[in-house]
Amino acid sequence: MENFTPLSGAVGGAMIGLSAVLLLLFTGRIAGISGILGGLLTPARGDVAWRAAFIVGLVVGPLVVVAVTGKAPAVDIQAPLWALVVAGLAVGFGTRLGSGCTSGHGVCGLARLSPRSLAATAGFFGAALVTVYLLRHLAGA
Amino acid sequence: MVRIVAALLIGSLFGAGLAVSGMMNPGKVIGFLDVAGNWDPTLAVVMAAALAISAPGFHLTYRRSAPLLAGSFRNPAPAAIDVRLIGGAILFGIGWGIAGFCPGPAIAALSAGLWEVALFFVAMLAGMAVYARVAAGRESGEPGT
Repeated sequence: MENFTPLSGAVGGAMIGLSAVLLLLFTGRIAGISGILGGLLTPARGDVAWRAAFIVGLVVGPLVVVAVTGKAPAVDIQAPLWALVVAGLAVGFGTRLGSGCTSGHGVCGLARLSPRSLAATAGFFGAALVTVYLLRHLAGA
Repeated sequence: MVRIVAALLIGSLFGAGLAVSGMMNPGKVIGFLDVAGNWDPTLAVVMAAALAISAPGFHLTYRRSAPLLAGSFRNPAPAAIDVRLIGGAILFGIGWGIAGFCPGPAIAALSAGLWEVALFFVAMLAGMAVYARVAAGRESGEPGT
């Protein structure tokens, strides 16, 4: 467990939770990233700009962290390129079919005590745990 | 205009949280999902800390009659736990396990300027676009369902 970083994890997690509360308080929207991004693909009048602004913010936020701390956060990608494509397609299609991802079902849905979000969160965590076990310990990748 | 600036700032806070927490790093996410390996419990701390803020924060916010910059709260429509929800969650989980990226961190990680992240992001958008086409076809092709 030498990679465990509970302090930065707690601070960053609290920032994510606060962001979800502020989005609901100011705009009345749920901070589900897959929903906010996916909504841009079927644009409705007056419903595009805030989504685009939030997505741009997701990219700007880490750049601010780099500027303040002077340290770029690590991004270690271990999957081969074909796997990134397969995974991206599955994440894109799956989050839209299942109406949410880690933020919408996990951070927001569980906070709303939604039974659907609890079921979905159990589903994607379960599937991810099994997938990593199969790839790492049975396929030897 | 105020709403757009608010969305930009709130999105930035979300992205900064992803960067600070380490969740922008797929290697760290897979370190959590790999319970049989050199387990890194950080993701559980991130979720717990996020929920410690969002659960009471949502509770208090929903006591208001309306949000500050919009006429009403836009809550997800109540729906059953069905095959679409669970099937979608499982498909998402498989992709998450393969790459270590879910949608938020994948977008935030675009800030690192790595083309591998851009490749995942484009594939994810393509997956969403395929779903949008399938959903549109279902709506126009099968009236009443």
